[in-house]
This record gives sequence, structure tokens and C-alpha cells, in this order.
Amino acid sequence: MVEAVARQPLAKPFVDPAATRCRVDGYFEAMPVDQDLVGRTFPPTAPFAVTREKVAEFVAATGGAYDGGPAPATYPIVLAFDAMNSFLEAESIDLFRIVHGEQRFAYERPVVPGDVLTATLTVSSLRQIAGNDIIGTASEVIDASGALVCTTSATLVHRGPEA
Amino acid sequence: MTLPTLATQTFTITRADLVRYAAASGDHNPIHQDESVATSVGLPGVIAHGMYTMALAARAVQAWYPGAEVVSFGCKFTNPVVVPAEGGVELEVAGEVKPSGDGLTTVVLTVTCEGQKVLGMPRAVLREAGRA
Repeated sequence: MVEAVARQPLAKPFVDPAATRCRVDGYFEAMPVDQDLVGRTFPPTAPFAVTREKVAEFVAATGGAYDGGPAPATYPIVLAFDAMNSFLEAESIDLFRIVHGEQRFAYERPVVPGDVLTATLTVSSLRQIAGNDIIGTASEVIDASGALVCTTSATLVHRGPEA
Repeated sequence: MTLPTLATQTFTITRADLVRYAAASGDHNPIHQDESVATSVGLPGVIAHGMYTMALAARAVQAWYPGAEVVSFGCKFTNPVVVPAEGGVELEVAGEVKPSGDGLTTVVLTVTCEGQKVLGMPRAVLREAGRA
């Protein structure tokens, strides 16, 4: 499952379904997100080697058949998620309280097998609406030469206990 | 110049699709797998990954414009796509071409589930659109 997307192992499993359920049952307080986060840049993800096999798995998971060429338009989300997971873990934000609000990809060039990519996430905005934290993030995806491949912007809605 | 008409495409989303997508994408948020976790945070049930819905929209764009390079692609996730434990739910992807300069083509999408729009302002900007 997870090993299909080769990546640096997290210090602890980020989602252990049993532990998550336990937290849901036993711990209802969702901490508001720290306002000082705005403008903060998190460490880059471990280099991610894009292979035909990984792209084919992603395409198959969305019901298609990969016949070579560039990866699908939403493929860099794999890197963006890696960056987001590290960010959420660093800030002790529960993944199960996160709902995706908005997503945008702006490309310099398509992602192709053979690319070795890293993503660097910056928190771009933070506001509170109706008990939810609305977290704006931007992740820059660069290749092995350091050239920008694409920028992925994500708005994450952190649902508070009363939401 | 007459802009091309794009044929609406329909996709079925099942819980098994969400399991596959979680593995391929690395998004293991339990709200996409576990009814009790989803309802505990106020969701109506297990919902599809927004990125899965967006990936299906991207597939539709690719089918309309095979080989075209995507310059940008974005949307808001305005309504959840609730996926039942049994069977599946249908997602409809319609598209309209907007004229744009610089040799680029903008496709404005309408993505609906059971008659309700699920994506806000979904649009893809493409380069060198060789329509099939």
C-alpha cells in the first residue's frame, strides 16, 4: 500500500486507524491552529523519484490506463500530500479533522517519469471561520536541478469541535 | 470561429476506488474510508477525496484534449461527494471551451453529483489543444 509511494518513513505511522478512532472517542478538543504559522516554510520532502510504475498506479487508481508520457495533471498531489502530512504532524494537527477546501496546480512543465522531485510547503494564510481554521498552503515542487516544475496551492479546512 | 462542443462524461465512484486512490496518492485520511470517523467530524458519511474527484475531472479534460499540456488546473471543493458502502455514486463532468489568448485554451468544467455541483469554478488551462 504505502510503499508503492516510496518515501521517507514518518517517525510514527501518521494514520493508525485504531489510534485515530480512539482519539475520536476519547479526545474531542481540537486545538486552534497557531497564528504564528503564517509565512513559515517547512523542510523539503525527501526526494521522490517519479517512475512509470508509480504513474501507472496513480492512473489506474483513477480508472485510466497509462500509456507513457507526462503524469496526469493532479499527480504532484503525491508530493504535496507528503509535505502536508509532515506539516500537520509537526503542528500536531489531526488529519481526520482536515477537509480539502481548494486546490490549484500551476505548471512550469509537465511531470515525467525520470523526474526526481521535492516539495517545500509554506503556510500562506490562516483565518478562522465559524469555528474552523482555514489554512492556505503553497508547495513548490522542484526537480533535481532545482528548477521549479509546478506550484500546488491547497486550502485546508481544519474542522473545529463545534463545526 | 466556432468553439468545439465537449461531450459530458460520467464516472462511477465506489468505496473500493477510494481505497485504491488512498494507496496511490498517499492520502490516508480516514474520512475517506471510515463512516464513524467521517460522521464524528460532522460529515454526512464517507466522502470521496476531493483530489479523486479532481483527478476524474482531469481525466475528462485529457479525453477531450489528448496530448494537450496542462498549464494550470484548479477548483474549490464546495460540496462533498458522499460514497455509499454498497454500489457507487455517479459523477458527471461537463466542459465548455472559453476563448483565451496566447495560444492557450481554457476549459470551464461543471462537475456534478446527483444534480448538485461539487466543485467550485473548476477550470483547466491547456497549451496546444489537439482535440480528438
